[in-house]
Amino acid sequence: MKYSYYPGCTLKTKAKELDVYARASAEALGFELEEIAEWQCCGGVYPLGADEIASKLSSVRALNAAKEKGQDLVTLCSACHHVIKRVNDDMKNVDDIQTRANNYMELDVPYKGETEVLHYLEVLRDRIGFDTLKEKIVNPLKGRKIGAYYGCLLLRPSGLMAFDNPENPSIIEEFIRAIGAEPVVYPYRNECCGGYISLKEQNLARNMTAKIMDSAAGFGAELLITACPLCLYNLNLCRNKAGIPVYYFTELLAEALGVKREVRAS
Amino acid sequence: MSRVQRIGVFVCHCGSNIAATVDVTKVAEMARLEQGVVHAEEYQYMCSEAGQAKIAEAIKEKDLTGIVVCSCSPRMHETTFRNAVERAGINPYMVEIANIREHCSWIHKNKAEGTEKAIILAKAAIAKVNLNAPLKPGESRVTKRALVIGGGIAGIQTALDIAEAGYKVDIVEKTPSIGGRMSQLDKTFPTLDCSACILTPKMVEASAHENIRIFTYSEVEQVSGFVGDFTVDIRKKARSVDMDKCTGCGVCSEKCPAKKNASEFNRGLGNRSAIYTPFAQAIPNVPVIDRENCIKFKTGKCGVCSKVCQAGAVDYEQQDEIITEKYGAIVAATGFDTIKLDDFDEYAYSQSKDVITSLELERVMNAAGPTAGHLERLSDGKAPRNIVFIQCVGSRDCTNRGKPYCSKICCMYTAKHAMLIRDKYPDVKVTVFYIDVRTPGKNFDEFYRRAVEDYGVNYVKGQVGKVAPQPDGSLMVQGVDMLDNKQIRMEADMVVLATAIEPEAGVRKIATMLTASIDNNNFLTEAHPKLRPVESPTAGVFLSGVCQGPKDIPETVAQAGAAAVKAIGLLAKNKLLTNPCTATTDELLCNGCSACENVCPYGAITYEDREVNDHGIREVRRIAAVNNALCQGCGACTVTCPSGAMDLQGFSNRQIIAEVDAICR
Amino acid sequence: MSYGKSQTEEIKEISGVNPYKCMKCGKCSATCPSFDEMDIKPHQFVSYVLNDDAESLVNSKSLWKCLSCFACVERCPRDVKPGKLIDGARQVVVRQRGADYLVPEEIPECLDPELPQQLLVSAFRRYRR
Repeated sequence: MKYSYYPGCTLKTKAKELDVYARASAEALGFELEEIAEWQCCGGVYPLGADEIASKLSSVRALNAAKEKGQDLVTLCSACHHVIKRVNDDMKNVDDIQTRANNYMELDVPYKGETEVLHYLEVLRDRIGFDTLKEKIVNPLKGRKIGAYYGCLLLRPSGLMAFDNPENPSIIEEFIRAIGAEPVVYPYRNECCGGYISLKEQNLARNMTAKIMDSAAGFGAELLITACPLCLYNLNLCRNKAGIPVYYFTELLAEALGVKREVRAS
Repeated sequence: MSRVQRIGVFVCHCGSNIAATVDVTKVAEMARLEQGVVHAEEYQYMCSEAGQAKIAEAIKEKDLTGIVVCSCSPRMHETTFRNAVERAGINPYMVEIANIREHCSWIHKNKAEGTEKAIILAKAAIAKVNLNAPLKPGESRVTKRALVIGGGIAGIQTALDIAEAGYKVDIVEKTPSIGGRMSQLDKTFPTLDCSACILTPKMVEASAHENIRIFTYSEVEQVSGFVGDFTVDIRKKARSVDMDKCTGCGVCSEKCPAKKNASEFNRGLGNRSAIYTPFAQAIPNVPVIDRENCIKFKTGKCGVCSKVCQAGAVDYEQQDEIITEKYGAIVAATGFDTIKLDDFDEYAYSQSKDVITSLELERVMNAAGPTAGHLERLSDGKAPRNIVFIQCVGSRDCTNRGKPYCSKICCMYTAKHAMLIRDKYPDVKVTVFYIDVRTPGKNFDEFYRRAVEDYGVNYVKGQVGKVAPQPDGSLMVQGVDMLDNKQIRMEADMVVLATAIEPEAGVRKIATMLTASIDNNNFLTEAHPKLRPVESPTAGVFLSGVCQGPKDIPETVAQAGAAAVKAIGLLAKNKLLTNPCTATTDELLCNGCSACENVCPYGAITYEDREVNDHGIREVRRIAAVNNALCQGCGACTVTCPSGAMDLQGFSNRQIIAEVDAICR
Repeated sequence: MSYGKSQTEEIKEISGVNPYKCMKCGKCSATCPSFDEMDIKPHQFVSYVLNDDAESLVNSKSLWKCLSCFACVERCPRDVKPGKLIDGARQVVVRQRGADYLVPEEIPECLDPELPQQLLVSAFRRYRR
């Protein structure tokens, strides 16, 4: 099964692990991520203004590229997923944006939101199935107490993201069980890490993530996993204080599938 | 059959409602010129006594046979004018209304246009009346027995009032006992009476009343018929206990080994056995076996209850029984439940046992509840020190998570809960996060102020964003105080959610069976929100209690009495007049194709073999027959009939064509 | 700079928010992780717009403390979307010349080896035109 793949800029630079382990795991699980030929940065944040069109175009190009191949579009970074999925909804449901974006793009066939946008975790849950995933695990992470950190962008606004229950999600906990570990549920796993505020005001982000870390550690988590490079960065600002490490979920997936060493070697 | 008519046309000014946009004088003038019209006049208010007198006078003087009134919608005054005409000695179905208000003056601004349209409408009505025939309403019987669906306080009160008036009443209740939500409450506002103490006397009265029959653990399965003459199938679900033999001793429940079933009465906070009565004061005091969780029914082993029953009342072979009964009136009193909180996980309801709904709190505080009335945390049994109440959970919510309406009872019951807790446990801190405090009833605002001023309940204006369970078992409540403009982060050991209420599940099925109007929130719709609050638009169906809209116990009891009175008014009649504008078949044209039977929404058409004399040929043909009592005059059959045999009295095909011709002239 | 009424209209247009839907329940403020940092609080944004006081809004610190986490949007029972409203105000400011909250000169001292591109891009997108 082939999926069009949108990595995003950070996955090619500071968050290589997220990307590399994802590809290796995909191979082990029998699906292929075909990186889109000419993708551009999604912008990191979804443009909220009603009149903003230009900042959405890079997403439209990616979506259209997937459509032309007749494939679903898979993303890994929470922020890219959020932006592209919401732009896709605009192209499907908001006439004004659909018209103006298409006018600007001058595609042969106008794009009207036909592509389905999937997060890698949704591929695991809905296309592969966590049961199948479990069967393919060679190195179950037995006894490891793992907390899931969702952050904001995968879950909200829930009407548009339709990813999971925004207040009590379970997809990453199910993933953790599938890879043989024990999920630790804690109430702040869907609280914001601070996002872009850490550029100018690192202290604020540190305070916010301290609350998240304390809560996770308090409920017994030994480590946290996340899907967003910015969340990982913000959470790591606190690492010294609470002491629990933060990984990308794909790294643990690769470890459980037994492909991590190969990646490290290459 | 057409006859030479003498038609009178009366054009109403309706003050300025019509006269401002329609030249009524001109309408009367033009009407006078139409075929058959011998009298035309205009007047300020035709519906007034003076106006009606004018009609009567004209009928007498000019020997009128047909009347056209150009006025407001027939929904307003058709009955008024029909009665006036009948008093003057003419058949009331010789009246036609031309709606020149809602259909004309109220939707036009240009007087010339409005007048032209009014004249056309008048001409159409005149053309129709020319072909009217004097119709006679039929009669249908009234069965002097009422059915009340729902055995809560609304159903019980309605049944008692109807029974006291001398009529027979049946109550059908789907749970094993009557009592409803009120039986689950601890104390009631504003008097702080013990709920069971004021409810159980009524329950006993209902069960002892010679005019009342109670069917518990039963459901309405099918309803047919119409006002005065309903036929209802009631399914008496198998209790597995013989009601005539059981003495209510309770030994079976005591000895039953299957004890770990969530108690519905205790909202899942406690357990009950597989053979059980829901609560101690249950009426009837006869247990029921929950067959899905009974060891005997699941595995074939056990049978302890049957062994210990001294009266030999346990009957594993018992089957459901269907009872068919006739009723004249049906009252819906199906009540409510709290909404599911699946979409409100920010409050951690499913993550912590110490976050509970207000109804669950009632059970906790009640002496017969899962904690024997001790206020304790459900997670560890410890006494709480800090309780937070969150208002409007799921109410006043216009997203698809919650309900858009205000649930009405929550501000009062939270004040009650807060006050009772502060009274019994003065060192417990109680905080209420609210949006507005709505306590408008008699002595209600004073009640809420007592909670604040005399009992020290802390009311904070602002909502709660999140309830986060902490590793040590406490709950971190993050809310806002909008008056101090501060975010509040406080530790609580118990959080109570004032959850929105919605009509009881299954009410839509009942509404469909009764063909009763129901709105998007599943509340049964009343005939008029101001003037007819206890009647459904469907004749013979009445509404009692929260099934019609959120309300507290005093309002429920008042409405229950009102519904009873309406039902009594119906049952007191010996016969009802039926609508004469029903379908008829021309037996010479009917070809027996069944198209009309298939399309009739009221099941009013059947087919019969009838001997027909068709221009000398005598033969037996299959002809459509219309039941005039069931037919509502919708006209679907007349449209469907391929041969034109079906026609509607009062709206015949000829009449409709005549109206169209008049409009097109 | 004060453009009075037109600025309020601009905020409403860019955000697409109908401020009349708000029932002043405060749940947005109860939820907001940046509440303590803000001068004008989330539950006040709508009042300021309704009172035509765009000037206070565009000069407030709150615009830059909002994290675009959408928690207020998710939890509002009236579907007011306060997060979009504050972004509308933010847009009104950054679309003016010289009113950016973040300038390129500030960046070098913020950098560290771990800092992801995503952070720079997001901050630039929200804090600048």
